[in-house]
Amino acid sequence: MIEARQLTKTFRDKKRGEIHGALDVSFRVEPGTIYGLLGANGAGKTTTLRMLATLLRPTRGTAVVAGHDVAAEPDRVRARVGFLAASTALYARLTAREMIGYFGRLNGMTDAAIRARTGELSERLGMGEFLDRRCDQLSTGMKQKTSIARTIVHDPTVLIFDEPTLGLDVMTARTVVGFVRECRAAGKTVVYSTHVMSEVEKLCDVIGVIHGGRLLAEGSLAELRARHGLTDLEDIFVHLVEGAGGEAR
Amino acid sequence: MNWRNITTVYLKELKDSLRDRRTLISVIVVPTVVMPLMFLIFGKVTASSVAKAREDVPTVAVIGGSDSPEVLRRFREAKGMRVVEAKADWRDAIAAKTLRVAVDIPDRFAARLESGEVPAVRIYHYQGELKSENGVRVVERFLAELREDTVARRLAAAGLPKGAARPFEFRRENVAPPEKVGGNLFGGLVPYLIILLCFTGAMYPAMDLTAGEKERGTMETLLCSPVPRVDLVLGKFLMVLTGSVSAMVFMLISTAASILIGGAALLGGGAGARSAVAAAGAMRPPELPAGPLPIIDPLGIVGVMAMVVPVAVLFAALAFTVSLFAKSQKEAQSYLGPMIVLVVLPTSLGVLPGMELTTGTALVPLLNLSLVCKEMLSGVWNWGYIGLIFGSSCLYAGVALGLAVRMFGREEVMFRT
Repeated sequence: MIEARQLTKTFRDKKRGEIHGALDVSFRVEPGTIYGLLGANGAGKTTTLRMLATLLRPTRGTAVVAGHDVAAEPDRVRARVGFLAASTALYARLTAREMIGYFGRLNGMTDAAIRARTGELSERLGMGEFLDRRCDQLSTGMKQKTSIARTIVHDPTVLIFDEPTLGLDVMTARTVVGFVRECRAAGKTVVYSTHVMSEVEKLCDVIGVIHGGRLLAEGSLAELRARHGLTDLEDIFVHLVEGAGGEAR
Repeated sequence: MNWRNITTVYLKELKDSLRDRRTLISVIVVPTVVMPLMFLIFGKVTASSVAKAREDVPTVAVIGGSDSPEVLRRFREAKGMRVVEAKADWRDAIAAKTLRVAVDIPDRFAARLESGEVPAVRIYHYQGELKSENGVRVVERFLAELREDTVARRLAAAGLPKGAARPFEFRRENVAPPEKVGGNLFGGLVPYLIILLCFTGAMYPAMDLTAGEKERGTMETLLCSPVPRVDLVLGKFLMVLTGSVSAMVFMLISTAASILIGGAALLGGGAGARSAVAAAGAMRPPELPAGPLPIIDPLGIVGVMAMVVPVAVLFAALAFTVSLFAKSQKEAQSYLGPMIVLVVLPTSLGVLPGMELTTGTALVPLLNLSLVCKEMLSGVWNWGYIGLIFGSSCLYAGVALGLAVRMFGREEVMFRT
């Protein structure tokens, strides 16, 4: 489970002064559900998710991830989280197998457990053909499968996806979306950030609209439609953002 | 701190680096091939220029002397020079290097000698030009002989023995062991090369493992792991240190092998080798010990390597910290490049004559290493200073490593945009 309580991250910029990457963001994600964080570029999605993955320390507020506080026990949180983002790349000079093995060892797994898990993931994701090929020789789809395997090698209970389909072709994006669904089916707690409306509609059980670092609205798609009297998610999003005095990018 | 984590990170970085052509070039190929090659090419070229200059029979123009035919005859018959009539443009000829030396014999030179006057012979040359300087030496040797003959004749005429004007002889002889002489001559050069390579060896892995990872997006992937940041830093830092130490070891082994195995042959034998090495170090050949090349005390080399270890740690930590701050490898390169000057400067000061080890200089990083290495290679083991330098170097290295760990934990550095 994830419970974010007034998560706030303030950056200090010499020219622009204080900037709120996230401001009082609170939400809760239950196991077996996908929470969609919907927002334009620069809305605060990545900052929020990086705080949940303990890559960034909250300036104020906190979050409890899989029973551990992100500020007090970051190492324990990371051991229970799988974080996949467009910005989390692979080591070009390692093979897919070595990449998975490396993260298995970093997560404290034994060599035997890594071997078994690599075999299992290879079969599940169809990686057998390229498992021993260097990452710089893999296609985008192969890379994404390797990234997924790296993310879940330690079987985390919480999965955080930050725009994981950014820049991917349709087929590869489908693989990712399919995998996210599998995670939900397996009872994992999933947070999925994107600015692609169709992905949110297809995947998310609960949607949080974020803009200017603030969470503007939250609810299921049906709840949001009923609350705003609009059927199209894009219209709801624009309505919310414009209502907050911003401009949807 | 967990050694399993540190080893995991280190072994992964080692494997990754061994597959990276650029790291292999900077850590193994450059120190192994380029440095000895440069050293040998430089030595060979210098040796052949020195040999050529020595083989060259200098052309000497004699100005005047028509009223001293005997002196002129002896000049013409002298070995090791080719005497020609001086033309009006002899000054231009020296400047144009078509004439090496011109000798001005004053009017009535022989007659004035007989009358007991002290006439002055002028030698005109091209200062700093190797062949002209050789010509001067030949002319001076000839004039010295002429002067000695004159003195001998005068003594004989006065019925005095030869020893009256030269009551005793003296000559110098080296009693220092060859390795001490070699150490004294090369004591400045060896640490200089080692320090430089230690730094350049650390540079590329440091950039690749920090700014390179940030640029490629793998740093964020790594930071997702539950491994404490300090373990990640130490694993990566050990790889940078491996690069630094490897560069030094490869350079030492290949240089020693080139000198010991191929040096004499490549440099054209003992005399040539000595000249080349002497020229390379701006030292005079007679000071060099016998044998094809100077010998350096192996114990001194071991001492140097031990003293270099904390400095390698310091370099690795500094290169790591500076690169960590950069967003890209290009940016890291622009920070680390100028740092070479900061490394070379104190090291070069240690080679300067008169620069000695004192409590003050023993605390100046790099300068202290340069000075103590010079002493150790000369067989001087000043344990007080050695302890002070090793201790202070360890302290500096520890501070730099602490800074690296601190920087790794700073979000504004790791996610700098």
